[in-house]
Amino acid sequence: MGTATLEPTSIKKGFKSEEYFINMGPQHPATHGVLRLLLTIDGEIIKKVDPDLGYIHRSIEKMCESNSYQQIVHLTDRLDYLSSHINNEAVCLCVENALELEVPERVKVIRTILGELTRIASHTLWWGVMGMDVGAFSSYFYGFRDREMINDIFEETCGARLTMNYNIPGGLMQDIHPNFVKRVKEFIPHFRSKLPEYDRLLTGNIIFQKRTKGVGVLSKEDAINFGASGPVARASGYSCDVRKYHPYSALDKINFTEALDTTGDSFARYKVRIAEMWESLAIIEQLIDNIPEGDHKVATNAVIKLPKGEFYQKVETARGEFGVYIISTGTKNPYRVKFRSPGLSNLSLLNHIAVGGKIGDLVATMATIDIVVPDIDR
Amino acid sequence: MGIVNNKEQAAQKGGIPADFPGDVIPAGNGGNILITTLDKVINWGRANSLWSLYFGTSCCAIEMMQTGAARHDYSRFGFEVARPSPRQADLIIIAGTITTKMAPVLRRLYDQMAEPKYVIAMGACAISGGPFFYNSYSVVKGADHVIPVDVYVPGCPPRPEALLEGMIMLQQKILKEKRLEKPNPIDGFDEGK
Repeated sequence: MGTATLEPTSIKKGFKSEEYFINMGPQHPATHGVLRLLLTIDGEIIKKVDPDLGYIHRSIEKMCESNSYQQIVHLTDRLDYLSSHINNEAVCLCVENALELEVPERVKVIRTILGELTRIASHTLWWGVMGMDVGAFSSYFYGFRDREMINDIFEETCGARLTMNYNIPGGLMQDIHPNFVKRVKEFIPHFRSKLPEYDRLLTGNIIFQKRTKGVGVLSKEDAINFGASGPVARASGYSCDVRKYHPYSALDKINFTEALDTTGDSFARYKVRIAEMWESLAIIEQLIDNIPEGDHKVATNAVIKLPKGEFYQKVETARGEFGVYIISTGTKNPYRVKFRSPGLSNLSLLNHIAVGGKIGDLVATMATIDIVVPDIDR
Repeated sequence: MGIVNNKEQAAQKGGIPADFPGDVIPAGNGGNILITTLDKVINWGRANSLWSLYFGTSCCAIEMMQTGAARHDYSRFGFEVARPSPRQADLIIIAGTITTKMAPVLRRLYDQMAEPKYVIAMGACAISGGPFFYNSYSVVKGADHVIPVDVYVPGCPPRPEALLEGMIMLQQKILKEKRLEKPNPIDGFDEGK
């Protein structure tokens, strides 16, 4: 029921209908954080969605200007905390490119493996919460059960479960744990056997399909116009995977297919994320046996000073294209840091795809856009 | 008849030494025993069915969700039900940073909750501003500038086990409460200006 031609029944009967306004958030379980949506609705039909941001604006970009380049890394953990490792990687790659520093192959491979594990962890969480948003609570427990296995791997190697802070400019904080390869190898077949369980539990469910199919349709043109990226854009047929087109770390040697769909509705976005989990497993499998020997970092100066200029690096997080833009004046602190977060541009199309739909479908649409609010507010 | 907590009074009545360690509740005419027993029963009930409010602003919310999920499962300790509405909640777990824009909302949510109400500050941000203590213009340096906090759980973010320990500490605090002497936590609350 996502079409814009729907009219409230009251108009058909000749009564005058009246638009009214309701407030969704900032404290609302379906907004995945503290996002406030100002909804103008007519009956049950949404006329306008107006996001009000800033409830978790923590001034991270401004803080970066008074921190050194090593200190910036730990702030990016707290942006998109579900892709924390990939965010760290973006800053480190940007600094390394500016310094023209070549990191060892071992570092590149480990970074890619951890990045893909982060992506799986993020998507399992999204899958569990997505089910909860449309009324299926069991998926929450199944998703978090598998996420805990990845958290154990992170904890052993990085020392933290969620905000890893494992990358540093020049390499990794320390070498991987001796159990790392064994644990990842245990995880891959385990998760391969669990992914079909996800499909049996939620994908084939008739209620779930009716809630998501044909809801929140985004065309390919609109996806490009709104600057969408990640699974949201790929579900509309816009091939935009940064890992494919601008490979970083060890991704240039990997064979993987980009998950694409053409329908552009909520169900397509769901299917793309499930397919991405399979692809991430394939990427990890190609790398885990071939971790080269060598150092886990190259020596950098204790105080890193970037040359004068402007530097940009983009990576593919679980939500889309994450960019780091650094302007340096040659001192130990950046002059300006800008983060291009995927969440903000993906949220900007919410008004476009939710208008004309029912208010109940807004929750399903928001769940498949998969926003993380601190990433949007920064 | 109230509970007599003053040790000197108690010593005069019952001949208990004045340097006796701990609180003394002398047996009166039976009313005290009734109230203390009632306290025990009510506190036991309150401590073991704390309904928390869905209040996650940032990273700590994920660890709070992990605490509620399959492996750690806080429903073992009576935190089973999480409510999206403050009217139905007994407990706020402040999971994440409180910014100046969010602070009035947090205070309103707290005021909307029915008594008795408890607050756990989870993570470094809710305790003191955490990583955003220095150089940040928009972060409230600790949720206890906005509402009174009962238990602080340190970490960035805290492990689920740490949150569970904080929750059990809150239960122990509730079990020691005395019904007639419990003040409203917001009375005389110092916002630390």
